[in-house]
Amino acid sequence: MTPATRGFREMKSVVVRFAGDSGDGMQIVGERFTDTSVTVPNAIATFPDFPAEIRAPVGTIAGVSAFQVHFGSQTVLTPGDEPDSLVAMNPAALAVHLGDLAEGGLLIANSAAFTEENLKMAGYGSNPLEDPELQKKYDLLSLDITGLAVEALKDSSLSHRDKLRTKNFFALGFTYWVYGRPLEPTIQFINDKWAKKLPDVADANIRVLKAGYFLGETMETTRNRYMVARAEVEPGTYRKISGNDAIALGLIAGAKKAGRELLFSGYPITPASSILEALAGFKHYGVKTVQAEDEIAAIGVALGASFAGQIGVTGTSGPGMCLKSEFIGLATSTELPLVIVNVQRGGPSTGLPTKTEQSDLLQALYGRHGESPLPVVAANSPSDCFRAAFEAVRIALEYSTPVILLSDGYLANGSEPWKIPDESSLPEIHKPFADPSQPYVTFARDPETLARTQAIPGQPGLEHRIGGLEKNEKGGISYEPENHAEMTRLRAAKVAAVAKSIPPLNVTGERTGKLLVVGWGGTHGAITSAVASLRAEGYEVSSTNIRYLNPLPPDLGALLAGFDKVLVPELNSGQLALILRARYLVDAVSMNKIMGRPFRVNELRERILQLLND
Amino acid sequence: MATETQTPAAPALSRKDFVTPNDVRWCPGCGDYAILNSLQRTLPELGVPRENFVIISGIGCSSRFPYYMQTYGFHTIHGRAPTVATGVKVANPDLSVWLVTGDGDGLSIGGTHLLHLLRRNLDVTVLLFNNRIYGLTKGQYSPTSPEGTRTKTTPGGSVDHPINPLLFALGAEATFIARTLDNNPKHMVETFKAAHEHKGVSFVEIFQNCVIFNDGAWDAVYAKENRNEQMLFLEAGKPLLFGKDKQKGIRLNGLTPEICDATAPDVLIHQPDHASPLYSQMLANMTLPDFPTPVGVVRSIQRPSYEQQIHGQVLAAQEKLGGGTWQELLHGSSTWTVE
Repeated sequence: MTPATRGFREMKSVVVRFAGDSGDGMQIVGERFTDTSVTVPNAIATFPDFPAEIRAPVGTIAGVSAFQVHFGSQTVLTPGDEPDSLVAMNPAALAVHLGDLAEGGLLIANSAAFTEENLKMAGYGSNPLEDPELQKKYDLLSLDITGLAVEALKDSSLSHRDKLRTKNFFALGFTYWVYGRPLEPTIQFINDKWAKKLPDVADANIRVLKAGYFLGETMETTRNRYMVARAEVEPGTYRKISGNDAIALGLIAGAKKAGRELLFSGYPITPASSILEALAGFKHYGVKTVQAEDEIAAIGVALGASFAGQIGVTGTSGPGMCLKSEFIGLATSTELPLVIVNVQRGGPSTGLPTKTEQSDLLQALYGRHGESPLPVVAANSPSDCFRAAFEAVRIALEYSTPVILLSDGYLANGSEPWKIPDESSLPEIHKPFADPSQPYVTFARDPETLARTQAIPGQPGLEHRIGGLEKNEKGGISYEPENHAEMTRLRAAKVAAVAKSIPPLNVTGERTGKLLVVGWGGTHGAITSAVASLRAEGYEVSSTNIRYLNPLPPDLGALLAGFDKVLVPELNSGQLALILRARYLVDAVSMNKIMGRPFRVNELRERILQLLND
Repeated sequence: MATETQTPAAPALSRKDFVTPNDVRWCPGCGDYAILNSLQRTLPELGVPRENFVIISGIGCSSRFPYYMQTYGFHTIHGRAPTVATGVKVANPDLSVWLVTGDGDGLSIGGTHLLHLLRRNLDVTVLLFNNRIYGLTKGQYSPTSPEGTRTKTTPGGSVDHPINPLLFALGAEATFIARTLDNNPKHMVETFKAAHEHKGVSFVEIFQNCVIFNDGAWDAVYAKENRNEQMLFLEAGKPLLFGKDKQKGIRLNGLTPEICDATAPDVLIHQPDHASPLYSQMLANMTLPDFPTPVGVVRSIQRPSYEQQIHGQVLAAQEKLGGGTWQELLHGSSTWTVE
């Protein structure tokens, strides 16, 4: 089924959004469209957007689930601002997502679902598909997707209910036709998933998928079809990876490079749970996983494992971080290695569990009692979560300290192609351990890193006690004023020493100029896209993304000083901007968005242009 | 295992090998001294190399314990010692892990963690020092204080119904449950040894006196003038007898225990491995003033331990899938190549 190029309009990139009820299988078809497109190959980025409720009542606004795919023949760094095509499986999906559809965009609607009852639940007084304004504004294609799927299965032995469930594959098949995508990868997927256990289901889904595709071929009206050419991608072996999966792999890779076993302990919480789920499948790597009784226990178990000589890691999201903070203080005081992953979501409190935000930065930096500094590392794309997690493990072990790794819901669930690194490109990790032939001094330090040398239960002659009470160098409890001041200074100096191991900042554009856009974490793709496109148009603007938020990169101060203006876009109310202003006395301009959604490239471009023209 | 555990022909250890040079800072006359002394006498006799002992505690007077034991030790945070003990034991099942906690630490702020440690059957020994008071914070009532206890926070008497630690442990289906006394070193050593030998979690409640804030906490049970009549020493396979001349016994009347003559034919025989928890529950429920207080091993049954099962899953996965390569880790199941 090689798509003919005749009849296609060539596009550099396309954004498709599938939207429907949370039971309509939109996440599955989005994933299939993604997997098919990576094999073309296209550059790609995805953004699943689903409700917090597992099954909100069918047909309601609350139950709408969507999956957006951005694929292109050139670099794709974000899931895209506005969709070029929207597949709306019911009126609620249309109501939620139509506002985002680009004018003139292709709108495929499942007319069968536009019943009086569904229209009412979506808040429509009349059927919008019959609205001449809508037909004028968009390239509307109203299809009885449900009816056509059932019709394609008229000989099938499946129950009517099961036939109805195949309609997502009809929509997928038709969308494949529009974009000239091959069906084979999806057929393969269906067979792998169902052929053995449920051959009737496999057969039905394949038939419906093909029926959707063939409908495009046989439709009498000429439709626009779009072609996205192969992307010029750096040669190499690739896989598709989500942020949380990349964290799991990065943690294992770090443990392997350090010759330590990994113990991950977590408590189920959106959007971090899939890290624990992923790691539970890596037991043959010596990975032990514990689903603890609560967030506090999860970090306690991880810290116990680190005390016993392994690398303990715990993962959570904002509310869980609050519960863990007393233990983070203990890890700071006892100077044990530990990684705490925070997959940020909208807060405070339960907030927006399935939506993204970057509002835990100040909590990561300062959210503990006492003077308790620790390194903070942030991932900047789904695949970058691998390297960020690896770095967190490296710093935790080499500096014998708890490390907070910040990700967010957007990175956790989004996925992109990842050029698989060579194992030899990852550095070895050297953990300072005590010399059993020497008398053990609990807080003896490596002169370079200031890391405490650790002795492990089971090592004869090194028996010692640690705990949250302040200690002197020999490990004895000490309430001496001078000792407390010195230990406080040493703990801070050790964290500051991490800066020596931080690589120089990556900068898009020149290292001096009119405007520097400074971001951290998951805004990297949108900021780089905005800045790169403006630079291509001749604007003098640069950008950087800060991975190491504590300690900050040593070259950051000089970089900031080289620009007339500094813009700091964040999905919070200006937390990094506050730090930069305080630390570097720079008049940084904040750009904030707290809507549970990532930045659009266009809104960043507009703000940058405004500042450049001021 | 991550640690370099050595098993040389272990040199014989003695009590002094477990004494630290640190000054012990409990109040003079505190029951904790006797417990410390008994544990220091127990550990050398267990055949475990000293470096394999780990003592983990929470916060409170009892939780200072690790500082006074010449072993690996971790003084953690309030109530959370069971979580750290879980991490240590899962990371290295070869270690002999002892958890020291109190009535406030273990049953109030850390009640959840203790519950889960017990139901998971982690192979650690829990020593719960029960003095029925918050000592380190200078005398507030605790979750085991009897109703009506007058303290600074309860000038009119406490209205909370107290927790019975043995019933708590039984509710969590702990596989080994025992009670011992800070004024009976011989019984403590015997109980600690039995707890150590048990594979799976061992829960030991220790009646402990707080000489400053709750002096005489257990006198009604174990003071010289009361001990014969008010305590029932449990011995496996022996009848439940008590009294100065062991002249009284316990038998069942329907589902309820009652005191009878020691010569009665239906005096109950102590069976810590009794399949039914009803028997353990009957013992755990026996309290003053109606019954003598049972002391010794109440329950001891077998169930696979948590850390052995986790370890077993790792071994099984390695057997089935091999040790895990870099190639498999990084590449996963589906890749594509761009030329």
